[in-house]
Amino acid sequence: MPSLPNFAADLGAIWLTLKLATVTTALLLLIGTPIAWWLARTRSWWKGPVGAVVALPIVLPPTVIGFYLLLVMGPEGAVGRFTEWAGIGLLPFTFWGLVVASVFYSMPFVVQPIQNAFEAIGDRPLEAAATLRASPLDAFFSVALPLAKPGFITASILGFAHTVGEFGVVLMIGGNIPDKTRVVSVLIYDHVEALEYAQAHWLAGGMVAFSFLVLLALYTLNPSGRKGTASR
Amino acid sequence: MSIRARFKLAWPGFTLDADLDLPGRGVTAVFGRSGCGKTTLLRCIAGLERGAGRLDVHGEHWQDENTFLPTHRRPLGYVFQDARLFAHLSVRGNLDYGMRRAAGAVPQGDVASHKSSHGAPVIELLGLEPLLDRLPDRLSGGEQQRVAIARALLTAPRLLLMDEPLASLDHARKQEILPYLERLRDELDIPMIYVSHAADEVARLADHLVVMEGGRAVAQGPLAETLARLDLPIRLGEDAGAVFAATVIERNAEWHLARVEFDGGELWVRDSGAAMGRRVRVRILARDVSIANSRHDDTSIMNLLPATVMAHAAEDHPSAILVQLRIGGTALLARVTRRSAQRLDLAPGREVWVQIKAVALIG
Repeated sequence: MPSLPNFAADLGAIWLTLKLATVTTALLLLIGTPIAWWLARTRSWWKGPVGAVVALPIVLPPTVIGFYLLLVMGPEGAVGRFTEWAGIGLLPFTFWGLVVASVFYSMPFVVQPIQNAFEAIGDRPLEAAATLRASPLDAFFSVALPLAKPGFITASILGFAHTVGEFGVVLMIGGNIPDKTRVVSVLIYDHVEALEYAQAHWLAGGMVAFSFLVLLALYTLNPSGRKGTASR
Repeated sequence: MSIRARFKLAWPGFTLDADLDLPGRGVTAVFGRSGCGKTTLLRCIAGLERGAGRLDVHGEHWQDENTFLPTHRRPLGYVFQDARLFAHLSVRGNLDYGMRRAAGAVPQGDVASHKSSHGAPVIELLGLEPLLDRLPDRLSGGEQQRVAIARALLTAPRLLLMDEPLASLDHARKQEILPYLERLRDELDIPMIYVSHAADEVARLADHLVVMEGGRAVAQGPLAETLARLDLPIRLGEDAGAVFAATVIERNAEWHLARVEFDGGELWVRDSGAAMGRRVRVRILARDVSIANSRHDDTSIMNLLPATVMAHAAEDHPSAILVQLRIGGTALLARVTRRSAQRLDLAPGREVWVQIKAVALIG
């Protein structure tokens, strides 16, 4: 019989992971929505480059992103100098360093579903809103956001799940500090390194179950074909 | 009370250059083929396209070189070809949307409650009571369009713009909506600009007509006068014809016919149920009118009237010409072959008999 798992460390990691994913998702919805709106509606030349930058984390190895974020947020980096000047200190190897890294890393998974939803809505409902005396801001909140709800649900679930699942970036930026930066994915790695397979099983199996439930929720809440479009 | 609009807009392959002076009341139809710029003109009036130019509505300045009132500040109603109801709101929610915003910060009752001043009558006018709690995707195309019309009316617009509201509907649905549009015209005092490429809708609804071609308004004026113009019917093709007002003066139960009187004579028409004394619109297509030099009683055609030839004009096909005739105070168009015109010597001023094969009572 394997020894009983060390639940305290595991629970700490689970709590930290959920906190990181929640904060990251909330921030991404705030930051990602204007970016998605702009990408969906602009005719500017910048649409291509900005869209490509947002999508970079999909194709880049997490270590690459982690490496550059480490440099930029480190004592010699521009962001690092700024945070030190502002009295925040350096971000690497802190929880907020992980948040910043996760925001970059999970950005495309939040921006793209929202952008697709806004694109599917198009100009038509917004023009109708304008003829009904709604200012552009009013129309955004009263028409575009509600119609894009399926896109927001997809974005939240994907952003959350993707942050929970990240490993490489966390290791590069946050290291492996218990209750500060040691998230579930990193802890599993530790368990396996230490040949604590039972504990690895608990967490890994939990991740499989969690991911399945997330995807199940995604496909049940948001059946394809019910994207946010105005009725014609 | 009038609408002055002057717009210039150039896109690759398309130029709009329209100068319009429209009456501030009744229905103005903007008529033309697809791509003639009629929808773009309407979108310019609404501020949905930004064309260079000027727009004054009822003496209010909506646009000139220095000012551009954004769409949501223009007191207008717009009915799109596709109803564009908000899919996330019920019919009630859709109706409330514009009404609340037009009412400003003043808190308003629910659209269907009798507290709201004009909500209930509009819902009644368009027969929406049974639909209020449904979502738009549970409505037929005709029902959606009725909701869209009500939604526009509930903003208390000073100008109602309609962009082919019937074009996406089948024949049966059109017949369902047309009576509502007629009630709108007759019961509400809101000037309407009605864009259409369907001559029958125009003949039925319009009081004033603007004909557009290639981004320009090639003719504008009162409906009957403009339709009877000889330089336009060419553009109307098969739909060329005259529209004028008449009064029902007899209903014959035995033959199911009605007799109507117009400025210049009387006509027998199919009894459509219009009451005695009722004012009706009569439409006679040019292709249904033939001309004879003497009165022929040995014919199945019921409507024979004396008329005077006024003018003629060439038609699309070189074999045909269009003849403008006058019966009393009413102008009529006839399409005949050039050969017949020469044989009958249809010179201006000549007295002839017209035989009218079909008369349509519209509205």
